[in-house]
Amino acid sequence: MKRMTGAQILCESLVKEGVEVIFGFPGGAVLPLYDTLPQYPQLRHILVRHEQGAAHAADGYARATGKVGVCLATSGPGATNLVTGIANAHLDSVPMVAITGQVARPFIGKDAFQEVDITGITLPITKHNYLVLDAGSLAKVVKESFYLARSGRPGPVLIDIPRDVFIEQAEFHYPSKVDLPGYKPTLQGHPAQIKKAGKLINEASRPLIIAGRGVIISGACDELKQLAETAQIPVVTTLLGIGCFPETNVLNYGMLGMHGMAYANMAVDAAEVIIAIGMRFDDRATAKVSGFAPHARIIHIDVDPAEIGKNVRVDVPIVGDVKGVLNVLNKLITPAGRGDWIQQLDNWRKEHPSTIIRDSEGLLPQHVIRKIYEVTQGEAIIVTGVGQNQMWAAQHYWYDKPNSLISSGGLGTMGFELPAAMGAKVGRPDSTVWCVAGDGGFQMTVQELATIVQEKVAVKIAVINNGYLGMVRQWQELFYRKRYVATPLTCPDLVKLGEAYGILGLRVKRKEEVVPAIEQAMKHQGPFLIDFVVEPEENVYPMVPPGASLAEVLEEREKEAKVLSDSAKLPMSNI
Amino acid sequence: MASTKHTLVALVEDKPGVLNRMASLFRRRGFNIESIAVGHSELPHLSRMTFVVDGSTTMVEQVRKQLDKVVDVVKVSDITEGDIIIRELALIKVRATSSTRSEIIQIVDIFRADIVDVASDSVSIEVTGEEEKINSLIDLLRVFGIKEIARTGRIAMTRGGSGLLPMEEKSSKTRAKKPTP
Repeated sequence: MKRMTGAQILCESLVKEGVEVIFGFPGGAVLPLYDTLPQYPQLRHILVRHEQGAAHAADGYARATGKVGVCLATSGPGATNLVTGIANAHLDSVPMVAITGQVARPFIGKDAFQEVDITGITLPITKHNYLVLDAGSLAKVVKESFYLARSGRPGPVLIDIPRDVFIEQAEFHYPSKVDLPGYKPTLQGHPAQIKKAGKLINEASRPLIIAGRGVIISGACDELKQLAETAQIPVVTTLLGIGCFPETNVLNYGMLGMHGMAYANMAVDAAEVIIAIGMRFDDRATAKVSGFAPHARIIHIDVDPAEIGKNVRVDVPIVGDVKGVLNVLNKLITPAGRGDWIQQLDNWRKEHPSTIIRDSEGLLPQHVIRKIYEVTQGEAIIVTGVGQNQMWAAQHYWYDKPNSLISSGGLGTMGFELPAAMGAKVGRPDSTVWCVAGDGGFQMTVQELATIVQEKVAVKIAVINNGYLGMVRQWQELFYRKRYVATPLTCPDLVKLGEAYGILGLRVKRKEEVVPAIEQAMKHQGPFLIDFVVEPEENVYPMVPPGASLAEVLEEREKEAKVLSDSAKLPMSNI
Repeated sequence: MASTKHTLVALVEDKPGVLNRMASLFRRRGFNIESIAVGHSELPHLSRMTFVVDGSTTMVEQVRKQLDKVVDVVKVSDITEGDIIIRELALIKVRATSSTRSEIIQIVDIFRADIVDVASDSVSIEVTGEEEKINSLIDLLRVFGIKEIARTGRIAMTRGGSGLLPMEEKSSKTRAKKPTP
């Protein structure tokens, strides 16, 4: 067993874990580590321009590849700049290891230069975290961190390493097993519960599957398809579940929730048995909980026992890894036709088409997304920002493969789009990656344009530019009597800005310019930016207003009259 | 749903910051914790925590599940429904003059408590028992003037032969003495 420095032990451990890319930013506390990196050419380091970009890039990389994303920052402000990205990964269950430098051990707790209690700060937003106080335990900590990050319900793990631990020498030995007595996730579903679920499904005339990101994390897309097709059960998905079941499959009835398809929400409302798989009944998906699926018995399959029964009452809880549970369940399911129920949903889909783009002289954002879909033939990875651009990207592009839509769902972080798209492209260099951003979110992490140029990452960027913080403006229009406070925002000439960074770009103002611009972007062998100047006051529909239940979905502008127009009268709900 | 006091017992790894993790969890999830008592357990490197949570059964089940998610927590059980022994210890400093001292001593005897300190104008009392017993003693002593109270919070244990961790689970729930090569 060799004696090495803490920095070397860390690098050796990362290599043992199969790490190929680290997104990071140097500083005093991590200098010894950076000095050691060149000894490990298998570890590619990508220098970002803000640590938040490093965290989001690690996140996008993890979602696109299924591997654990790694980001690295120095102590103090470097570490705190990672916080948003870590919280984002936590809420969306993304496997990530964040490594932060810390001041040397004798200085900890003394308000030293660039010292911050990052383990304390990230307690609520990490799956687990460590402050490593001796180089000898570093290898074990790394092994545990990666194991925790990727197993059970994945999540971010933070490792805080003092500067003098990087320098301290110890024997390097990489453990072959983890020893975590307090962490033993239940992966196998209880057979009696699965049997109960099977019986309920077989006897149901109006069953509905609600599939979430858990299906994707578990790699259970085939098992889900088998369940849906064998028993002829319609499927709706959450935002983060999009892609787990091909949207071009006739049994897929779209996304549910606040901006989901009207017919998806109607299906939930009328269902008699709901099979919730790898989803957590988030308030964006359920709308008013007391009005959620009033006629249904609920089967809930999830690897995290704390999610079961947290938001809604569950009739058949099944704790376990989705893939394994579905494998067992599928053996109990009898092939069936559910013609009447499916006919009902098809009728609703026809009568309440939620993805028709209205006729317009001006350039509509929905049209931009639709054209990106057509030119990329539905094969691209779309990484969205947050807000209206995100909702339109979810609605007007049909995703057939898992992790083809990458979006910040739980935390809803503006600025996620550009660095995450970069991370996704770095992880899947042979795929086409489009970053769909709003003009607001884009300006939050625009500095990463420099990173994609320096690292030659060929991300295609579509900025849906309406001169507003679109989603907030929509709420102000519908609920605050059009008082647009702090929502009109300017941005620099994006094409000139791109040029200044070294990126080719175009501005598109008219419908007929859209397809040629997208085609030009695709043909170009490097990053490309298109500034789509769209209709400024377009709203996202359908919409379930706050405090309403899924059945009370609003479909178009004309129906706005029904909406409460004064915020004071809004019932209590999560925004 | 009726609100009742639930007793949760947890075995947690004896590492720095674990108590912080649990407390932080309670605060951000809005759980109403009445008392926490922590100390060594029968297993090396594992501490035992006893919580009293005030809430409905559904809410307490959520508390238990969220605690279980914490990596350092080895086991959490809600032992409220079982046959359990509940105890708490309190130290009470009461004002006592020569005229009131004998009455205080009588009350102390009735509660089978002990006087552990005497000063010219006060008396310190040690009492163990269930919370209601300690509350009653404090109520009776209030008229004399209470100077200080220190209470440990509830500790609890199930009656009968089984421990929190069944014997067959003990080896898997504690760390090996040396890391296996």
